[in-house]
Amino acid sequence: MSLTNSLPARTLSVTGLALRRGERLLFADVDFAVAPGEILLLRGPNGAGKTSLMKCLAGFLRPDAGSVVFSGQDGEERWEEDVHFLGHLSAVKGRLKVAENLEAWAALNGGESDVMAALRRVGLASIAGLDAGYLSAGQTRRLALARLLVSPRPIWLLDEPTSALDKDGDRLVGELIDAHLAAGGLAVAATHLELRIADGTRVRTLELGA
Amino acid sequence: MKGFLAIIGRDLKLATRIGGDALTLVLFFVMVGAIVPFAIGPDKAMLAKLAPGLTWIAAFLSLLLGLDRLFRNDAEDGSLQLFRFSRTPLEAIVAAKVIAHWLLTALPLIAATPVLAVLLNMDMESWLRTVLSLLLGTPGLVALGAMGAAVTVSLPRGGLIAPVLILPLAIPLLIFGSSAISGQQAGAAMLFLAAISLVLLAIAPFAGALALRVSEE
Amino acid sequence: MTLDVAPKPNWFARIANPSQFLGWSRPLLWPLTILTAILFAAGLYFAFLDSPPDYQMGNTVRIMYIHVPNAWLSQFVYGVMAVSALGSLIWRHPMADVSMKAAAPLGAVFTALALYTGSLWGRPTWGTFWEWDGRMTSTLVLLLIYLGLIALWRAFEDQLRAGRVVAVFTLIGAINIPIVKFSVDWWQTLHQPSSVITPDGPRMPGSILTPLLVMMGAFTLLFITLQLKSMHTEIRRRRLATLERQRAAAAEGAK
Repeated sequence: MSLTNSLPARTLSVTGLALRRGERLLFADVDFAVAPGEILLLRGPNGAGKTSLMKCLAGFLRPDAGSVVFSGQDGEERWEEDVHFLGHLSAVKGRLKVAENLEAWAALNGGESDVMAALRRVGLASIAGLDAGYLSAGQTRRLALARLLVSPRPIWLLDEPTSALDKDGDRLVGELIDAHLAAGGLAVAATHLELRIADGTRVRTLELGA
Repeated sequence: MKGFLAIIGRDLKLATRIGGDALTLVLFFVMVGAIVPFAIGPDKAMLAKLAPGLTWIAAFLSLLLGLDRLFRNDAEDGSLQLFRFSRTPLEAIVAAKVIAHWLLTALPLIAATPVLAVLLNMDMESWLRTVLSLLLGTPGLVALGAMGAAVTVSLPRGGLIAPVLILPLAIPLLIFGSSAISGQQAGAAMLFLAAISLVLLAIAPFAGALALRVSEE
Repeated sequence: MTLDVAPKPNWFARIANPSQFLGWSRPLLWPLTILTAILFAAGLYFAFLDSPPDYQMGNTVRIMYIHVPNAWLSQFVYGVMAVSALGSLIWRHPMADVSMKAAAPLGAVFTALALYTGSLWGRPTWGTFWEWDGRMTSTLVLLLIYLGLIALWRAFEDQLRAGRVVAVFTLIGAINIPIVKFSVDWWQTLHQPSSVITPDGPRMPGSILTPLLVMMGAFTLLFITLQLKSMHTEIRRRRLATLERQRAAAAEGAK
């Protein structure tokens, strides 16, 4: 599969992060570091600020205090090109075929990986030629996951990756993350479900909210 | 480069498959031209005189109507968020979308001008000059429109505001566009038109990308 | 697709169910095609070789043999669409949607041909390719309505959902077309004080009437043949979409 090569080593360090939305202080003094091969799970009830924290990490929101640093690149590279972000929306075009969706992302995101191999990994290879509009919510989410596989990148930021997925889908997410960590990548995942990650030592947890 | 071409291909496919609306704008263009005689009478001499300006107005309105489509779909399904992480720079993506949009809206419109020429009694030379001025001026119009669409992408009802923003800025294109067809200084106007279009095309990717980035926050 | 119409006669079911429709209409296609070809051959022979030229317009009047049937069809096809629209809305007749969708491009083409041949006829008659007279203008508006309907069909991704909505608009159009015709005629009397010879105005002696009727018949049969064929294609297209949907639902990961 696409992760046979090791991913470049990157580290994510967050210090003193604080964010206000409107009147409310969502979180403050958030500190953590994630090293290659590790995953940080963000937990907390709905509304605790998990998605907002993910957005700060991804650069969509500017925090009110603190910093987010991705280190390990040479000076030339943009940190964004090391990141895969999986948000609530799956970014799938219904009028394009399943394979066409992935091919467009492969061309945009680079990497030499095989579209059909990625589709096989997520279980969509048999319907690669169908319009993506026919997919169920779970299948659409799988297609979104496939996007992470076609272009290998060290940093995965996942906001509710298992949403809309069934038990098999949950297992798939766990396996993909395991493989990613084993190849030297790191991940931050916001989820209120249990992610099935094989090696418990790689997992750290951060609780947000009351 | 691969990403740039992928965006053009993707946008072209999306607009031409069922559920896209490639036909509608051209139809609107023809209709705007066709309804003019109902309002001002079918006097042929008068129609012939007004035809170039009317064609430009029809092209204007049609292109403005289609602006919102440029980024709205990508914003709604989350693709826009992800463009900032792509290896292809956001500026290149905006440029690719401008090109695809021109191919989908301006080019069919120009191809439909013969219909207007017949309805509005344009003679051959007028029509040829109209086609040339549209070819030179519509890229600038689409570029301007892309900037307006990028600025309004985060607004839920933004589709109506973008034309209002763009119209005043597009007046130079209208002035030189219709002067290039039938005016004292037609030749000079044609050159000015081309120059303005080029400037707009040059700044659109950067201004558009900046607007998109700022809208995300 | 179940029919909850127990007391309805059998003929309703025979045209309502897609498979049954395909069953009885498919054998008709070849005979219809051949009959159309024969009528065209006869009509064209009469039109171009065996009828007299008009004393005013000369040989160009022969364009009338193509123009008039197309003009008639442009209105007839809209009538077919309107009836189909009623069938779709009132009786939820499954084939009505298909009929409406199939007729729209055909109607648009016949209308465009009517305009085109009218334009060709106008050149020697009026001196220009286009004249804003009542009939041509109304036909132009009709063409724009057809094209708008086609655009509306294409705007829906789900064609099944589109049917009833398009039916409503077809009927709105049907009600408005007489209003448009009336106002266009009124408008053109304002701007054209002298009467223009309308392309199908002059009196029709038998030697002109016969070939004209033959051509009308030929074109009408052409429409019927094409309409049936187009409906078959649409049925197949919908079946394909259903199969694709089933394939997606059967694949891994669908819930």
